[in-house]
Amino acid sequence: MRKIYNKILQISGNVITVKASAVSYEELAEITSQRGKSLAQVIKIDNDLVSLQVFAGSRGISVNDEVRFLGRPMEVTFSDDMMGRIFDGAGNPRDKGPLLTENLIPVAGPSVNPSKRIIPHRMIRTNIPMIDVFNSLVVSQKLPIFSISGEPYNELLARVALQAEVDMIILGGIGLKFDEYLRFKNRLEEGGALSRTIFFMNTASDPIVESLMVPDLALAVAEQFALKGKEVLVLLTDMTNFADALKEIAITMEQVPSNRGYPGDLYTQLAARYEKAVDFEGAGSITVLAVTTMPGDDVTHPVPDNTGYITEGQFYLHNGYIDPFGSLSRLKQNVNSEHRSRKDHRAIMDGMIQLYAQYIETEEKRSMGFRMSAWDKKLLKYGGLFRAKMMDLSVNIPLEQALDLGWEILAECFTAEETRMRSELVKEFWPNKSQKK
Amino acid sequence: MNPTIGKIIGISGNMITVSVNGNIMQNEVAYIIKDKERLKSEIVRIGDGFAFLQVFESTKGLKVGDKVEFSRELLSVELGPGLLGQVYDGLQNPLPELAAEFGFFLPRGVELKPIDDKKKWEFTPQVKKGDVVIRGSKLGHVPEGIFEHAIMVPFDLQAEYSVEEIADKGKYTIRDKIAILKDEKGNKHKLTMGFTWPVKEAIEAYREKIVPVEPLVTQARIIDTFFPVAKGGTFCIPGPFGAGKTVLQHILSRHAQVDVVIVAACGERAGEVVELLREFPELDDPRTGKKLMDRTIIICNTSSMPVAAREASVYTAVTLGEYYRQMGLDVLLLADSTSRWAQAMRELSGRLEEIPGEEAFPAYLESRIAEFYERAGLVELNSSEIGSLTIGGTVSPAGGNFEEPVTQSTLKVVGAFLGLSRDRANARRFPSIDPLESWSKYSSFIDLKIINQAREILRKGNDVGQMMMVVGEEGTSIEDFLIYLKSEFLDSVYLQQNAFDKVDAATNEERQQLVFANVKNVLDTEFKLSEKDEARNLFNKLRQLFIDWNYLEMDADKFKSQEKQIDKLIKEHSGNEKDLQ
Repeated sequence: MRKIYNKILQISGNVITVKASAVSYEELAEITSQRGKSLAQVIKIDNDLVSLQVFAGSRGISVNDEVRFLGRPMEVTFSDDMMGRIFDGAGNPRDKGPLLTENLIPVAGPSVNPSKRIIPHRMIRTNIPMIDVFNSLVVSQKLPIFSISGEPYNELLARVALQAEVDMIILGGIGLKFDEYLRFKNRLEEGGALSRTIFFMNTASDPIVESLMVPDLALAVAEQFALKGKEVLVLLTDMTNFADALKEIAITMEQVPSNRGYPGDLYTQLAARYEKAVDFEGAGSITVLAVTTMPGDDVTHPVPDNTGYITEGQFYLHNGYIDPFGSLSRLKQNVNSEHRSRKDHRAIMDGMIQLYAQYIETEEKRSMGFRMSAWDKKLLKYGGLFRAKMMDLSVNIPLEQALDLGWEILAECFTAEETRMRSELVKEFWPNKSQKK
Repeated sequence: MNPTIGKIIGISGNMITVSVNGNIMQNEVAYIIKDKERLKSEIVRIGDGFAFLQVFESTKGLKVGDKVEFSRELLSVELGPGLLGQVYDGLQNPLPELAAEFGFFLPRGVELKPIDDKKKWEFTPQVKKGDVVIRGSKLGHVPEGIFEHAIMVPFDLQAEYSVEEIADKGKYTIRDKIAILKDEKGNKHKLTMGFTWPVKEAIEAYREKIVPVEPLVTQARIIDTFFPVAKGGTFCIPGPFGAGKTVLQHILSRHAQVDVVIVAACGERAGEVVELLREFPELDDPRTGKKLMDRTIIICNTSSMPVAAREASVYTAVTLGEYYRQMGLDVLLLADSTSRWAQAMRELSGRLEEIPGEEAFPAYLESRIAEFYERAGLVELNSSEIGSLTIGGTVSPAGGNFEEPVTQSTLKVVGAFLGLSRDRANARRFPSIDPLESWSKYSSFIDLKIINQAREILRKGNDVGQMMMVVGEEGTSIEDFLIYLKSEFLDSVYLQQNAFDKVDAATNEERQQLVFANVKNVLDTEFKLSEKDEARNLFNKLRQLFIDWNYLEMDADKFKSQEKQIDKLIKEHSGNEKDLQ
């Protein structure tokens, strides 16, 4: 029988302190107050003083409320029945489905032995050319989408969720706006992807402490499915909210802040989540795509900055486009070589981006009022086509078609020599104009 | 005397408070006993009747009252034959062995033997009974990989000893007795091939430290020619994310001309280590014909592994480096990234509630960084042999801004600064070392005066380039334009190097001398050109010829003819008087 305590000594922010004994670190407790029951987690023990962060927040908790320690750390259920279900940040259902209590697994488990990892080598096709062609997503990759508020990053996530070639999706919403959450749900429902999706949703109106648990829950479940051979894609939005929640707790606990109020272990905390991305040899995999909004469009802000050091590249979302310059998939070399992809993949990737860079220069010159040469005009035409046919986020075509489209765009604007493509590729792929007309 | 026993009285993150009933020492290793697990930890602060311990594992599930045992030892590593080719975590647990036993995940509270103690080594004695030896003296040797691994008198034996007994030539494990030494008082010391050393103490069993002068050839042109690193020297590689720090470290670990390379992957991505783990056993070391892994030790404490062990990992790495230096070898330690190590110190300091310094880093950050880099050095051993330990650390400055505590503290103590630039990385100019910002206090194998002339051209070329952005090409004089073209030329054919090309990836000293002489020829020539288009065409041609030349093997027939072709092209357009005659 677990002990029950009903003397809360201190309530500060979302952290309460009780006098208790035989409590273990990171153990869960249940607090019953007027407002109902809430889980809480031990975050500090000092002799018989135990500090807990209360998932539902401390509002309405009175000093005489009951605190019952559960004798177990944070756990989450794991079963195939979870597909299509929606849970909150405490792991309870937030749809009208039944409570799942079987087969509990601990969250935030040990990290993978680096010597058991393998070099990532499989592409995940998303049918979004800016990803597939120019910055391929790779199995076991962790990639953030750097973006500012107002950009269609959740749209992009939903599209990836619908189109990505994976077995299942786990979507973790952290401080997500309620209407965004509904939109997500509807998009996946319309697209028929709901049955292969599991939601862990913490909306902006839900308790902030619960948002801290979302990545751990999502990744713990993902890990179990991956070990069973599933290719899992974990989508998290928005990790900046997660970092802000960490900041809030750290400040409440009177930890010394390091940079703009964030705790000194921000890097470690983020890395512990992102590093869950893995390709298990002989089993499944976890790939992580996470939105990180940059306050003030500042990439040197601690959250995007620390994230950039952890992740394997990043997608920049600017003005509704995936920016072809700042964006980088560090693992794309592993999947776009001749024997892993079509042989013109790299050439199209490099060639089109180089020309696009020249287009940007020309665009600058034009806006400063310089006269446009014939070459400049070609570039302007090319830039327009590239934006409309490739960069637009609504384009939805498989990789091979996107590569063909790349050649078509080039042929429409330039001669083969002007593109500096290798002659053998030109011979094989350059569209034949006479056929086209 | 009863052993000291402790009990947990407080837990916060990876820091625990323990009440103790007896004698303990600072930085002593202790174990928390949790059911069958033994969680390793280290004392970091001692109070009256209690101590703060940093735990090298997750503290989840620990309770007030859990028992703590003290080991009476400082955090140590095991030294002996069998270290090369190993992959360790920050506390010298062999990761492949852990994987074999526990599968995908790292278990908590498990320690495995760092060195295989079943393996037998062919020992050849070098001393005989009655010989006088001191710490670090070679008693014999065993073959390990590419060289003879010296079996030395352990470094903690401080006196003079006479050899009482020495094993015959034959096969022994690292636990077998190989010698007995007798000190002046007649005390006998039994020795085996393996012994331990505390990681936070420098190994100083040598005669003296000497000034590092001889260049360490990394085969990266921009480093060797412009910002050289000396054997026994130190350097740092700061750069924002995406600037190619880790790639540069990988290149150095592959091509540097040293005997032993130790890679400390400290708090970085696991995926990057995997490339080393999977590729090094396959890659040939051109110097020895063996596999690269045979000269490499990887210490791998990636970002999601426990943070206290991350703090220990750089010390583990440097201690192994010092050990091989004691054998008279050239060792290169690459630590990636020292910022993560500094952050681990910051986390620890925060939990100890120390008064924070700048950006919450502890006040002792600078002295710790200095202490670490000071463990590098060129030393003359007691046997008059020379050994070196070179340390290169990457720094990951927050926001890519070098004005932050870790970068600044590091710059004070290193001998070379290879600053990476995001602009160069974005322009795909690799290695992205900034030629205008970087510096080195060591001397290159090319005369400093010539180097300075070349750097002057780079600087001027950069100025002209900036100016042209404003006034356009039309507003630039042909003289300035030529300087700009020369600096771009130097950059693209010499500073930049293609890491993915078999030949271009590594340029040895002889080749650097030759190519640089030709590059200098271009820089020195006063070209007779009046039109900018003409100038641009010429330099495009020159650049193409040089880049093709860089891709040719030095002993290929085409190599010589390509050089002649370059020379001819320069002469044709030269306005230099000597060429006109």
